[in-house]
Amino acid sequence: MNSPIKAKHQRLVLVLVALAALIGAGLLAAWALRSQASYFYLPAEMAANPPEVGRAVRLGGMVEAGSIKRDTDGVTIRFVITDGKARVPVRFKGIVPDLFKENSGAVAEGKRGADGVFVADNLLAKHDEKYVPREMKDMTAGQARQTVEETK
Amino acid sequence: MHGFANPARFLRLARMLTMPLLAIGIAMIALSLAWGLFGAPPEKLQGDSVRILFVHVPAAWLGMGGWSAIAVASLVELVWRHPLAGIGARAIALPGAFFALLCLVTGSLWGRPAWGTWWVWDGRLTSMLVLFFLYCAYMALADAASRDGQANSRIPSIFGLVGAVNIPIIHYSVLWWNSLHQPPSITMGKSEMAPEFLWGLLAATVGFSLLFGAVVLMRMRTILADQQAEARLRRRAMEGDDV
Repeated sequence: MNSPIKAKHQRLVLVLVALAALIGAGLLAAWALRSQASYFYLPAEMAANPPEVGRAVRLGGMVEAGSIKRDTDGVTIRFVITDGKARVPVRFKGIVPDLFKENSGAVAEGKRGADGVFVADNLLAKHDEKYVPREMKDMTAGQARQTVEETK
Repeated sequence: MHGFANPARFLRLARMLTMPLLAIGIAMIALSLAWGLFGAPPEKLQGDSVRILFVHVPAAWLGMGGWSAIAVASLVELVWRHPLAGIGARAIALPGAFFALLCLVTGSLWGRPAWGTWWVWDGRLTSMLVLFFLYCAYMALADAASRDGQANSRIPSIFGLVGAVNIPIIHYSVLWWNSLHQPPSITMGKSEMAPEFLWGLLAATVGFSLLFGAVVLMRMRTILADQQAEARLRRRAMEGDDV
């Protein structure tokens, strides 16, 4: 501490040690939160570790192709959310967002029913990280499958 | 680096750079936003609402980049006691907070048509809101320190370093946790964005960054001028002149 150079180095080491401890603490906290801080359940997670019937949870995944069916009342829709490993049937009554489509991501907020059907009271659309102009939307089946793969 | 510890030399450089940065930045922002509004094609799923991308993404990057710069400046101030580092960090806080808020507001406006909601408490949105609060806290702390006559207080710099923990959390929030927000479209050397969107976005980012730089230089000059004026007043008072 008697020369300024030495004090400078001491401060550098102190700050670096404090930073390392801080980053370590941050990573540990994030690691501990890794399941709790998730915004929704994937269908496979819901199958492996089902939340109790009637508890408000969110379910997210891909809307299975060809699964959207409209009930005769005109406002209730039924569809299947899948992540490729498990499928969960969902029932929702209300207005769906514009981006809610088959083969596209969606998050349903609601409760698991006793019959295994997830009753949603709110529906959110999730879009993927790809931005393409309209002209390119006619993707091949292979590209589409890849999109499904990447947009869990 | 310590060449710029001399405020006169720094001020000369800052005065020279401010106007060109501001002019080029505003021109690039105008051009890229015009492209975003009128030139870029509608997106295949989102249609025209994708155009807000050209403001939302640069704002998000600059909000995060601003705090990263505060963290680096804080490190330099704590370790090397560089006289301009603390001033730089204080100058960054306001435009950084502005861009973080702009990111939140544009994201909310975008979320309504795209996702069907203004706001959700998912990892990405929450950590970005925390970043905005960190900026507010930093400004309050730095202002309180300089009001109490401790302009060289180390507390804001320590806070600047601690707050940097949030930056990787924002970045990885969409990878670690299931979130409504999609994963990053642009990663090192790889882009999932069609060139029509990508180049306009990069031009907008450069433009907003230049504007950010110009504002930071202007604010640093203001803070330096304030400090000089205050020092001069104090000297006069001590010499017994009437002020």
